[in-house]
Amino acid sequence: MAEAARARPVPTPETQHFWEGTRAGELRLQRCDACEHVYFPPRPFCPSCASRKVSVFPATGKATLYSYVINHRPPAPGFTPPYAIAVVELEEGPRMMTNIIDCPQTPEALDLDMRLEVAFQKLDEEITLPLFRPAKG
Amino acid sequence: MRRNQVAVVGAAETTKLGVIPDMSQIQLHADAALNAIADAGLKLSDIDGIATAVETPQQIAHYLGIKPTWADGTSVGGCSFMLHVRHAAAAIEAGLCKTVLITHAESGKSMIGKQPRYTPPSSLNGQFEAPFGVYGPPSMFPIPVLRYMKTHGITHEQIAMVAVVQREWAAKNPRATMKDPITVADVLNSRMIAYPFRLLQCCLVTDGGGALILTSADRAKDFPQKPVYILGTGESVETPMVSQMETFNSSRAFRTAGPLAFKEAGITHKDVDHLMIYDAFAHLPLFGLGDLGFMPHEETGKFIADGNTRPGGKLPLNTNGGGLSYMHSGMYGMYALQESVRQMRGIAPAQVPGAKISVCHGVGGMFAASGTIIFTNER
Ligand SMILES: [Zn+2]
Repeated sequence: MAEAARARPVPTPETQHFWEGTRAGELRLQRCDACEHVYFPPRPFCPSCASRKVSVFPATGKATLYSYVINHRPPAPGFTPPYAIAVVELEEGPRMMTNIIDCPQTPEALDLDMRLEVAFQKLDEEITLPLFRPAKG
Repeated sequence: MRRNQVAVVGAAETTKLGVIPDMSQIQLHADAALNAIADAGLKLSDIDGIATAVETPQQIAHYLGIKPTWADGTSVGGCSFMLHVRHAAAAIEAGLCKTVLITHAESGKSMIGKQPRYTPPSSLNGQFEAPFGVYGPPSMFPIPVLRYMKTHGITHEQIAMVAVVQREWAAKNPRATMKDPITVADVLNSRMIAYPFRLLQCCLVTDGGGALILTSADRAKDFPQKPVYILGTGESVETPMVSQMETFNSSRAFRTAGPLAFKEAGITHKDVDHLMIYDAFAHLPLFGLGDLGFMPHEETGKFIADGNTRPGGKLPLNTNGGGLSYMHSGMYGMYALQESVRQMRGIAPAQVPGAKISVCHGVGGMFAASGTIIFTNER
C-alpha cells in the first residue's frame, strides 16, 4: 500500500491540537486574541505581536490554489508520479502545503486560483492529513 | 560596516571539479583550503579565523591543523559563505582576528564522507511539508514558479532562456561541467523533473569545493594577488518552509539582503559591471534581478530573453555558467563568490573587460536565507 511509506508527521505539544482536529474532521487554525492575526503553522503565541493569548478555531476549509509543482522525479516514498505538491491559500489567510485529490494531476486541470475545499485523509489511528479537492458548485 | 576595509587575498576552488570519487568531503575542504592558502602566499599558522558550513569549524580547523581565535559556523544553506564573508569582514574590522579562512566542500555527487540530509518528522517541515511528497530541492524550490509567472506575466520560454544564456557563458569556461550549446527547444523538451521545470532548468549535481582568505585592506597590498575589496554586504533569513514564504511573487530574504548591500556599498545599479545570482534553478536569476532592484519583476524574463545578460550583453550575469552549467555541489554560493573574485582580479575565463564592481547574491535553502556581497578592485 503506497500510503504506508508516506512521510508521517510526529506531533509536538504545540501542534497536538491541529492533528487532533484533522482526526475529528476539523482544520484548526489559531487566532491572536490581542491583534486578531490568524496564523499557521501552530504555535502557542502570536508571530505578529508576541501575545500568548491565542485561540484555536475551526477554519471553513475553503481555499484557493496558490501555486504547485507536478513532481515527476524523484518521487517521495509513498507517492506515484506524477503528483502535484500544492500550496493553498485558506479563506482565513494562512497558506499551507498539501496535495490536490479528485483532480487530474495536470497543468490543464490544476488552474491557479481555482476554488478548493479540505478533504481529510486518514493515514493511521493518530494521523489524518488535510488534503484539498476542487470545490463543488 | 565601512567600505573597503577588508579584502579577499586568497581564493581557490578544489583542484578538480565535477566527479571526484577519490576524496571525501572533508578532504575536499582541505584541498580547497590548501589551494587558497598557497594562492595567498600564507602558512597555515597565519590563519587565526575559520568559517565553514555543514561541517563544523572545529572539524575543519582540526583537520587542517589551524588554531583559530575566531570561528563562525553559520549554516543557512548555499549562501552561508556570503554570510561568512560579511561576518568575517566585521570580525576583522573589530580586531577579533586578522586572517580568516572560509571553506566549503561537498561530495554532492559521489557522496563520500557526507551526512545525508534529514528532516525530523516532528519538525515543522516534517509535520507540514514532508507528508505531501516533497523530496529534495527539485520538488520544493520550483513551487513558487507558477505563481510568479502568473503575477508577473513571465513565460516558459523566457525562463528557459536563463539556461540557454548560461550555457553560452559555460562554453567559454574550460572548467565548466556542461559546455555544449543548447536552445530554448532543448530546454523545453528535456526530461520533466517537477512541472514547470525540466532537467535543463535544474542545477547540476557535482563534487567540489572552494575557499577564500580575507584580511584587512591595509595588509592586503602586501599579498601576491590583486586585492579584491568588500564594498558592501547584506544578509537575511525568512523561513525554512517554502510554503510559508510571505509571497511567491518575490523573496523577502532577497529584498532584505540585496538592498542592504547596495546601501552599504553606496552604489546604484548602473555602477554594477558584473553580477552573480545563485541559480540552483532557472527562476532564481529572475527573482534576484527583481528583488535586488535592477528592474521590476515584470521585466526580468524579457530582460534575459532579450540577451542582456549573455556574453557581450549590458549586464553580464553568472559568467562561470552558474549552477545550471558550471557546477553545483549542493551549496553553490562559494562558486559564485569565486567567480566574482576572478572577475575582480581580471583572470576569469570569460572576463568582463574593465569590470570594477561585482555583485554576488546567494540563496540558502528554498528562499530560506540570503546573502549579498559587493566586491570592487578599486580602493
Ligand atoms: Zn497578535
